[in-house]
Amino acid sequence: MQSIIKDGQIVQDGWQILRADAEGQYPAVAPDVDVIVPLSQWLADKAGWQARPGRTAVWLAPADDPQLLAADLAALPLVAVDFPAFTDGRGYSLGRLLRERYSYAGELRALGDVWVDLLHYLWQVGFNAFEIKDGKAIDSALSGYDTFTERYQSTHREPLPLFRRRVTSL
Amino acid sequence: MYRYDEVDHRIVRERVEQFRDQTQRFLAGQLSEDEFRPLRLMNGLYVQRHAPMLRVAIPYGHLASRQLRKLAHIARTYDKNYAHFTTRQNIQFNWPELARVPDILAELAEVEMHAIQTSGNCVRNTTTDAFAGVAQDELLDPRAYCEIIRQWSTLHPEFAFLPRKFKIAVSGSVEDRAATQVHDIGLHVVRNDAGEVGFKVIVGGGLGRTPIVGEVVKEFLPTRHLLTYLDAVLRVYNRFGRRDNKYKARIKILVKAMTVEGFAAKVEDEWMHLKDGPSTLRDVDVSHYASFFTDPDYEQLSANPPEFSSKLAEEPAFARWVERNTRPHKQAGYRSVVLSLKKTGVPPGDITAEQMDAAADWADRFGYGELRVAHEQNLILPDVRERDLYEVWQLAKSQGFATPNIGLLTDIICCPGGDFCSLANARSIPVAEAIQTRFEDLDYLFDLGDIDCNFSGCMNACGHHHIGNIGILGVDKNGEEWYQITLGGSQGSHTTIGKVIGPSFAQADVPLAFEKIMTVYLEQRAAGERFIETVRRIGLDPFKERVYAKHH
Repeated sequence: MQSIIKDGQIVQDGWQILRADAEGQYPAVAPDVDVIVPLSQWLADKAGWQARPGRTAVWLAPADDPQLLAADLAALPLVAVDFPAFTDGRGYSLGRLLRERYSYAGELRALGDVWVDLLHYLWQVGFNAFEIKDGKAIDSALSGYDTFTERYQSTHREPLPLFRRRVTSL
Repeated sequence: MYRYDEVDHRIVRERVEQFRDQTQRFLAGQLSEDEFRPLRLMNGLYVQRHAPMLRVAIPYGHLASRQLRKLAHIARTYDKNYAHFTTRQNIQFNWPELARVPDILAELAEVEMHAIQTSGNCVRNTTTDAFAGVAQDELLDPRAYCEIIRQWSTLHPEFAFLPRKFKIAVSGSVEDRAATQVHDIGLHVVRNDAGEVGFKVIVGGGLGRTPIVGEVVKEFLPTRHLLTYLDAVLRVYNRFGRRDNKYKARIKILVKAMTVEGFAAKVEDEWMHLKDGPSTLRDVDVSHYASFFTDPDYEQLSANPPEFSSKLAEEPAFARWVERNTRPHKQAGYRSVVLSLKKTGVPPGDITAEQMDAAADWADRFGYGELRVAHEQNLILPDVRERDLYEVWQLAKSQGFATPNIGLLTDIICCPGGDFCSLANARSIPVAEAIQTRFEDLDYLFDLGDIDCNFSGCMNACGHHHIGNIGILGVDKNGEEWYQITLGGSQGSHTTIGKVIGPSFAQADVPLAFEKIMTVYLEQRAAGERFIETVRRIGLDPFKERVYAKHH
């Protein structure tokens, strides 16, 4: 079990993440664990993953095409996006696409190089769960939600941009 | 000009607090160097040769007198009494202390200023024509749209970590004075056959290592779709721009790789999902922002009042300054004054705290409390009555602002170079000064006429050397500073990338090479032909032959 942030709370979480080892091989997954598998593994054997007693979710790498997952989204218990480096911003677009274009409504989790300074943006584009990087404090990361109390743009959390709210309030 | 409401103030204050916390965590060892670097860059803070450098945003070059006074105060209190205007219409402080930067930001916030996204791999300060709103050839005042873009790009949650920096420029006039063709996105106001106003969207221009003139991805974008279209372009770039090599990461490389048609089609696909969505601009929204940019209360005056024309006739030096350092104004009886920051012996674009205070006072006394920063690194008083020009000239002279060289060879666009910047291969300031000294004779300088001279200390091309009619690039050869000269570049509506004339020069030889180039021009020019026109007509060979001729 590990601690993650989900919907603004620190919670215990048992999902395991399947990642390739240094040789590009995937370790075996015990049948009864809850596991988040890479998109390529999911697409290679959807039926096999779905037949397990444990739950299966999918994670996307920055370069993955979320459209490939579109048909499965309604049935998935969780979708994750990996941030191999916090400076790789592709995952923010993936978050918006999953939420806004493919109408994914379940848990959307950010993995990898994720810490307090990124939480606000990640939340705004649709992520609601965060595995904070090892070595970074999880309790203080909660403050990341409130770094900004307002923003200018249309976001998943607040589709009406500030300029529209401004003028109606005149 | 735009004024913050409570929300704008709050966002900037919260950004200051966020940065204060990030700085403290870095100083306490809780953020590593690698973690802090992108965070501080997104707030305009570089670590440079001598000290950190803080770049403060001047949105689309608009500055109120009270803001300029605050910048003067910061220069005095936290720096060494001066600052430097950049080619992005921003201002840089070269000597602040890291621990005091959050205090500087807090001071800036008091006057509705910040350093948000003045560096880093994010959307940078939007630039426009320094004469926006007062130019005679304006189709549409671009400033409302600049402010709309500024707000859209500020802390955009989806686009905080792009593959590389991203620069947007807007031009609202016939002549493009905002270098829109060498920006990641250039927006040019156009009117369609139905008389509707929109933007021509140019993408993938840029200087740096791979200079490219941008290409049109959309001939006519109705203004209401501006933000959804920008979102689509940025999303395509964010997802597909290269991240494996920072020299291949700008959008221009992606556009070339996909071809402009392929790129435009991809954007169009993305846009179909966003078009007419909540970010669509309604007329009332645009009117709200436009309401901040209405004309001041101009006096009804006639052009060329007698007290002005008599001084012009009496004092050739004044006439010369008016010719070079003032611009026609849309309102009769007014002109815009360019305060030259290109005096010989002063690094181009540098300004002292005392000069800032003086310019702020003149903006209040002779204008409407506003100034502009030109991307050519000069300061502008946009609204001066012609009858006041003589007095403004004398005051400008008293502060070293009146060198009558705007648009001439010594009005050099120049990066800070190796004296300050840790990226530079070579120093730019002493070489610019040597050129200015060589061409100090005003009769000679005036005879040479309009020449854009642009100077960069390295490939990053902050001094826009590629689009100088004559450009200089500092290069490193085995640890020594050398200088490459390019000819034939130009900015504006017919943007061209200049060509290198040949092997580079040692520092001491640059002024002589310039002199030879100018001699060829004077010998070859047709009547009334500007330098760039002669270069285009006769090509580079006559210049090369002269410059590289063996001594006899």
